[in-house]
Parts: sequence; structure tokens; C-alpha cells
Amino acid sequence: MTDHPADEAPPIVVEGLANRFGDFVVHEGLDLTVRRGEILGVVGGSGSGKSVLMRSIIGLQEPSAGRIEVLGKTITGRDPDSDFGVRCRWGVLFQGGALFSTLTVGENVEVPLKKFFPDLSPALRREIACYKVILSGLPESAVAKYPSELSGGMKKRAGLARALALDPELLFLDEPTAGLDPIGAAKFDRLTRELKETLGLTVFLITHDLDTLYEICDRVAVIGEKKIIAVGTIPELIATGHPWIEEYFNGPRGRAAQATHGRNQAEAGK
Amino acid sequence: MQDAAQYTLEEPGQGEGADGTRLVLSGQLTLAAIAPLERELAGLTGAISIIDLAGVDEIDTVGAWMVCRVARGHGADITGASAAAERLLNAVRGIDASGDTGPQRPPIWERVPIGVGEQVYESRSGVYKVVGFLGQILIGVGGLVRHPSRFPVKALVHQMELVGVTSLPIIGLMSFLIGIVIAQQGSVQLQQFGAEALTVNLVGRITLRELGVLMTAIMVAGRSGSAFAAQLGTMKLTEEIDAMRTIGISPIEALVIPRILASTFMMVLLGFYASVVAIIGGAVVGDLTLGIPFWTFLERIRDVVPEHDLWVGLIKAPVFGLIVALAGCYHGLQVRDNSEEVGRRTTMAVVSAIFTVIVLDAFFAVFFTEVGWG
Repeated sequence: MTDHPADEAPPIVVEGLANRFGDFVVHEGLDLTVRRGEILGVVGGSGSGKSVLMRSIIGLQEPSAGRIEVLGKTITGRDPDSDFGVRCRWGVLFQGGALFSTLTVGENVEVPLKKFFPDLSPALRREIACYKVILSGLPESAVAKYPSELSGGMKKRAGLARALALDPELLFLDEPTAGLDPIGAAKFDRLTRELKETLGLTVFLITHDLDTLYEICDRVAVIGEKKIIAVGTIPELIATGHPWIEEYFNGPRGRAAQATHGRNQAEAGK
Repeated sequence: MQDAAQYTLEEPGQGEGADGTRLVLSGQLTLAAIAPLERELAGLTGAISIIDLAGVDEIDTVGAWMVCRVARGHGADITGASAAAERLLNAVRGIDASGDTGPQRPPIWERVPIGVGEQVYESRSGVYKVVGFLGQILIGVGGLVRHPSRFPVKALVHQMELVGVTSLPIIGLMSFLIGIVIAQQGSVQLQQFGAEALTVNLVGRITLRELGVLMTAIMVAGRSGSAFAAQLGTMKLTEEIDAMRTIGISPIEALVIPRILASTFMMVLLGFYASVVAIIGGAVVGDLTLGIPFWTFLERIRDVVPEHDLWVGLIKAPVFGLIVALAGCYHGLQVRDNSEEVGRRTTMAVVSAIFTVIVLDAFFAVFFTEVGWG
């Protein structure tokens, strides 16, 4: 795969981000750089502003201060409905899937294709929608179903299919494995990893799932105290000795996930 | 596009060891560049035995999908794929994406009778549902009577504010303008008989008997009936109503009854208020164009409008308020599945409320005339 020189810059750069809602300060002086081709996990306590950070980066939430650059384009200070020139290069999976409820799953996936590539032949567009849905782990029969006929986990997969519709360079996932059964969650993780490796995706992943963090994230960013406390691999994070990080990764769930990860590594090594 | 997707066909014998036509793809096999190539490849008819990907600069799943499709269609082998391309090909190979993305719909000659049948069936079950809804409300009222401590006072006051207080400006303005129009238009007609003094009778009687309450009901249906339907519908979609049920709060008691009471009670006040403001509007016109002084106009109202006209309006008002609230709440609670349904049910709530109000108004008109309140 040939990379253009302009693409060497990090896909997401956040500098001095501040988000305030009245007196309530969510972020203050938050800096974050996402490297090309990595899966960056974002963790933090409930209400620490993970989703607000993602909304700021994708231009849905105008920050009070700071600068955000995505794929070389400045996002801040623009109308949220304007085309930043990067919308066709990213895909977003919202927490609840956020599927268009009046369209079938397949039509949902076709929406971005129609918007950005109107000259695609309808037959190919349908096929693309179809195989994306199947790639996301849904049965073929789900393509013509309406979102209201799907379970929560299936909606999430359908949302992923829509996020992947354009083969984006950058993927935003907001708690993709929350609410999935462990088998489904593990498959979802593998799928994300697979996509990252085959397509060279950069993934911005908000999650509480420790297994996901151990299995697929290259680096993890910890949000707390209104900024990023630390970024790095999990051993690096634990080495910082920050009490919250300590509790997060060395709690009972953290240790269980670590043990599973170790077992998986050993099996892969055999 | 400097490196768009391209293809060339190499005849047998040119490629070493190949025994069929070789399709050589090059350039960018990506979503952004693939549309023209896809169209050309779909037109290829001759047999292809090998697809060569060695010249491909960039490939994504769409490119891989198309290569697989051509390979399947012609029974061709794929060679020269880079490691990345091979992974993508493996990912999409074997997926059968022949399904249709649209909703599964029967042909039109089946769809029309099915639609008619469903309408008929729905109207029957609609009657059941309305009766059931009224029954639920009665049960809810019964429950509140037996347990007065459960009465949702706060919700009632809040709804009264929303339905009544916040609509005062718009209903006042509307009624004032209606009063002006009736007085002005009426006086033009009455002048032809030299009876412009009767403008007072016209304004006083029509606003108190009919228009004050009727126009207010229409305004409340548009303002509050629609809000009831949309709000309850959204709560239904977000499972808030289910959550209330599981906690043991009856949505009828907590949501529907306060809205019905607020709407019924506030309609009486709003209807009276609208009539009064309309009369003031008429008096302003009387003062400006008919030479009837403002206060004289108001005093004459008391002489020429029989008291029962006021009662006619005040008896109709709560009935109309009840209709509007019932329609709004009923349709709101019928919402299911998707957001489009919220819009559809809100429209149905307003339309059915206004229609019912006007039909009932006609019955009331006949009834009150028959009982001697003409």
C-alpha cells in the first residue's frame, strides 16, 4: 500500500481541548495524538467525557477552546453540517448503533455510498452493502430487515457495517462490545483487529471492556481529571503508578482479563 | 484521477504458461476509483481464465469484492496479489451477497388488497384499543380515588402550566384578531341594512357560543395534543414507559391522567379567556370604525347576549379539552418500532382531535337550540 506524504501526519491531533457546559467543565487542556495504523483504546470512569471527546473529534460538539485536526483537516470552528472533506474517510459507530430506523439494514449501509459515490452502479452498491453486513457478522437474512426487528447486539453490528461502508481510514467505535455476549464480543474484537491489519485502519475505540483493551489495543489513553492522564501500552500505564489506573487494571476484572490474554498469547505461541 | 483503475486483456500465449485470456488489472482498485471500471468489466463477455493483480497499487474491500465477483463469473484464477490484497480477497471470498437490501415487498396486485384488508382489520382493532384505553383511564381514575396519595399533583400542575399558562399569549393574539375580523366584516354586511348597531350582538354571541371555544380547542390540539402524542410516543420508543411499568408506576396514572385533567380544566379557562379577548377585539373595531365607544360596546354586550350563551361555551370547553387530550395520549401510546411512527401518530392525534371537536360542535349546536338555548 502506498502512502502519500501528506498522510504521514498523525490522523488525529487534539491540542488544548476544553469543553464546558455552563459551569460544568468536562475537559480542560486535553492533548491527544493518535498514530497512523494503531488501535487506540480510550478508557475512563463514567462521566469522564469519553463520548464528549469523540463527539468533539468528529465535529458534532464545538469545543469551548482548543484545536482538533483530523486527517490533516481542522475540525474546530466549523459548522457541524458542513463537509470537512474528511467525512468520506472516516466511519463512526455510535453507542446504540444509531441506525436510520425507517431504512432496512442494507439501505442503511447504502446511505454513505450513495452520498459520496453516486456514480456507483446500483447493483454493485447493493452487493457492497450486502457483503459489508455479512463481514460485520450478521446473517444474510438481516440485510432486508428493519432495525426495530434486530436485537441490540445485531444493531451494533449493523452500525459497524454502516461505519465500514466507505472502507474508511479512520474508525470511531463507541463501546462496540458493550452489550454483546462474550463470544460475539471476542468475534467483534477479532474483526476489528483483522480490519485494522488488512485495511491499515486507524481505530479510535472507547471501551470499558478490559478483554478488548488487552487483546486488540496497541495503546490505551486514560481520561480523568479533565485531561488525558496517560497514554501508552498497558504495562507502561501500570508503570505510571497512578492510583486510578492501578485500580482499573489491577482490579479483579483487570487481572482476569490479563490472565486470559496471557493464556491466548501462550496458545498462539504453540 | 491520475492512477484510476484500468484493465487490459492479454490473449493466450502472451503470458508464460497461461492457457486462457489474462485480465490484467492495474492502478487503484478502491471505492473512489472503481465505478467506471466496474461498468466496463460488467460488459466483458469473453472467457477469462486468469486475473492478474500484480499491477495494482492500492486495493480495498470493494476492489477485492469486484475481483472476486469477476473471478466467480468467469471461473478465473487470481494471481499476482500482494499480501494485503490476498488478505482482503480471503475476507470477502465465499460471501454470497446476492440478497436485496430493500424491504421485502409483495407485488402491487397483492399489496393493494393486503393494504385494504389491513386497514379494515386495523379499524376493528382500533375500536377495541380505544375502548380499552378508555377503560384503562377509568381504572386509573378509580385507583387514584382509592389512593389519593398517589395523585400526581406535580405533573398536573406542570401540565396545566404547559397547556394553559404558556399558551395565553398566542391564544390571546389569535382571539383578538378573530374579534376584529368578525366585527369589521360583520359591520360591513350589517351596514347594508342600516343595522350596524347589531355588530355588538354578532360579536358577543358568536364568540361566547362558538368561536372562542372552537378556535381555542383547535389551537390546543395543535399545541398540546401534538405535544402529548410526540412526547408519549418518544417515551414509548426509548422504553421509558416500559421502565415505569416495571417499577410499578402506571403510565396511565402518571402520564395520561394529569394531561387529561390539565387539558380539560385549562380548556374551560382558555375558552372563556379567548371569548373575552375576542369581544375586546370587536370593541376596538367598534370604537375605531363604527363610532360605538369602547366601554359602551362592552356594556351593550351584557344587554344583548343571553346568559345561556356563556354556559353553552363553558359546557363545550371541557368536552373539547378532553377529546384533544384523549386523542393525543392515545396516539402517543400507540407508537411502536420507529421514529417515523412518532410523526405519523402525532399527525393522527391532531387531525382526529380537530375533526372530532368539529363534529361534536355541530351536535352541540343542534342540541342547545333544541333545548331552548338558541
